[in-house]
Amino acid sequence: MPAPLLRAIDIHKSYDQTEVLKGIDLEVYQGQVVALIGSSGSGKTTFLRCVNLLEEYQQGEIDLDGQPIGYRMANGRRQRLSERAVSAQRARIGFVFQSFNLFPHMTAEQNVMLGLTKVRGMASGEARERARSWLDRVGLSQRRDHYPYQLSGGQQQRVAIARAVAMEPRLVLFDEVTSALDPELVAEVLGVMQDLAKSGMTMIVVSHEMLFVRDVADRVVFMDGGRIVQEGPPAQVFKNPESERLRAFLGRFHGLFGA
Amino acid sequence: MFSFERGTFLGEVWIARFSLMNAMATTVELSFYIIVSGTLLGALLGVVLVYAAWPFRLLVRVYVDVMRGIPVLVLIFFWFFGLAFFKIHVSAFWSGVMAIGAFCAAHMAETVRGAIQSIPQGQTEAAKAIGMTFVPRLWYVILPQAARRVVPPWVNTAVEMVKATTLLSIIGVVELLLATQQAVARNYMIIEFYLAAAFCFFVINFTLSQIGAYLERRFAYMRY
Amino acid sequence: MIAYQFNWSVIWRNMDAFLHGLALGLGLAVVSLLLGCVIGLACAFARTSRIKWLDWPVWLYVEFIRNTPLLLLIIFVYFGLPQMGVYGLDKIESFVLTLTLYAGAYMCEVFRTGLASMPNQYREAAKAIGLTPWQRQRYVVLPVMFRITLPAVSNNLISLFKDTSLAAAIAVPELTFTARQVNANTFRVFEVWITASVLYLAASYVIAFGLRQVERRYASVR
Repeated sequence: MPAPLLRAIDIHKSYDQTEVLKGIDLEVYQGQVVALIGSSGSGKTTFLRCVNLLEEYQQGEIDLDGQPIGYRMANGRRQRLSERAVSAQRARIGFVFQSFNLFPHMTAEQNVMLGLTKVRGMASGEARERARSWLDRVGLSQRRDHYPYQLSGGQQQRVAIARAVAMEPRLVLFDEVTSALDPELVAEVLGVMQDLAKSGMTMIVVSHEMLFVRDVADRVVFMDGGRIVQEGPPAQVFKNPESERLRAFLGRFHGLFGA
Repeated sequence: MFSFERGTFLGEVWIARFSLMNAMATTVELSFYIIVSGTLLGALLGVVLVYAAWPFRLLVRVYVDVMRGIPVLVLIFFWFFGLAFFKIHVSAFWSGVMAIGAFCAAHMAETVRGAIQSIPQGQTEAAKAIGMTFVPRLWYVILPQAARRVVPPWVNTAVEMVKATTLLSIIGVVELLLATQQAVARNYMIIEFYLAAAFCFFVINFTLSQIGAYLERRFAYMRY
Repeated sequence: MIAYQFNWSVIWRNMDAFLHGLALGLGLAVVSLLLGCVIGLACAFARTSRIKWLDWPVWLYVEFIRNTPLLLLIIFVYFGLPQMGVYGLDKIESFVLTLTLYAGAYMCEVFRTGLASMPNQYREAAKAIGLTPWQRQRYVVLPVMFRITLPAVSNNLISLFKDTSLAAAIAVPELTFTARQVNANTFRVFEVWITASVLYLAASYVIAFGLRQVERRYASVR
């Protein structure tokens, strides 16, 4: 097997006295879709935010393409990289937020273009072209001149996905991207994600959409209490939950897995 | 340093002490009358702006917008010279209170209107549902909740009114600024005296702000 | 009131002076607002920055200015600067200096609340696409803050415009000063002050209307 695209080694994170990540180890290979599942408070989102360096963590290492990111060792001490260096690393990892977080003062197209011109240094003509082709791909070519408030939640989230993937990141992180949506808008966003997965995009997806996870993910990772409890192919994890916690968690979605 | 000799700051303050203390009292009295009358009238006008029949609403709306669109100094001159023209003898003090009080009322009316309208419709409906009529509804349900939202802008307006009393120095009311000017005209200690006057205003206004902050904390339990 | 005979010819004869006064007031307000925005922006960032020792001098400046009457500041600067050894400012320059410092304190509070009320998610999204700290301020934080604070900035412009009437106290020939002179020369009390009031009102409304259009143009931030 080739080297993993992303490797997290023994990640620990605490807020004040509470430890929310108690040693996470995870490897993600090129082209894989990894789904993180678990009840709220299990640390999925926190872990995802650590990967994109939106959160600092106290112990452990994250490697992207074999290179550690976020921190370096200096004189035997672990040191956070400068915000500038961290920014450049973030640009190689896409992040899609639960609450979209589109820039309210920019049109859909401008939202997608901002990172391309300012981070990638692309000329605006080229950036516009790429933004348009991505907006097209997520089905929003008609909406590219709309401001976020003029778009539905599902449309905003698709713009946010276009904004993340247009940067051509090594992998994209999806943080409960359908949780803030009305039920009837969920499908359009999941459709876009399925399309991306098929095209070979490497993705880590935090989601409560178990059908989507079952059909799209290559690997499912169940987290509980800041630890990874079980991981494996969806069929295996869903059919043979090894822990009581996972059984209880899956029980909430009963009927979905032919049980 | 702490010399009371003539020609030193403290010495000159001592010489002018009665005039300055009277002036300080005048500033406080002016502020008091303006803020109290402006608040009472403003609350009334604010209620009219929300609940009254449209001719009254329109009338008050015009009053409020006109008052807020004209500089206070112009209102003061208008009122002062207007009264004088008709040989109506009102002292500069009271004519100032009336001019700035009318201005204050317009601002308060807007504040009260905004506060009343920010209270969820459900509160009125809940009060109606238990059979309350208009006045008790207003008095026991709406206004107590509005009071909390009124406090921060009320403090701002009150501070502005205290500052506005200095404009009355221009029509000859011997409040703190004019008394300071008179003292400075005698001793030329421009920097010391004006800074000291500024400090007095700072103390008054900062106290007002603190009272406001206290009231806000006191009402903080009303949340949705 | 019954006995009063209106005579508007006095006003027409002095209309030039009135309009000049109005234009001067508007100019003073706009210049002070723009300079005040620069000060306010710097102060707002100073107060929200992590550099702690910048905090209290800015706080002192803002609170001192906002709790001190503008008229006192105008007189203090106009008469006080020469005593402090600063000569060569004429009354208009000295007034602009005062009004700028005054506006700066208010704008600092406007921008500070703007920065504080900005949802953190915009900063995070800007981080997530890899913008550097400076780029985040330049392309996301400032433009969003500008749009959030636009209504407050508009209100401040109108306030400052009305505040230019205080320049009359040091004989700057703006509208209020002009009105007072015409009043003193002609004794047409009501015509003069009605005219001044109407001009102030009209100008305030025109400014408010114009700025409302600008706000609508930038209404994308909700």
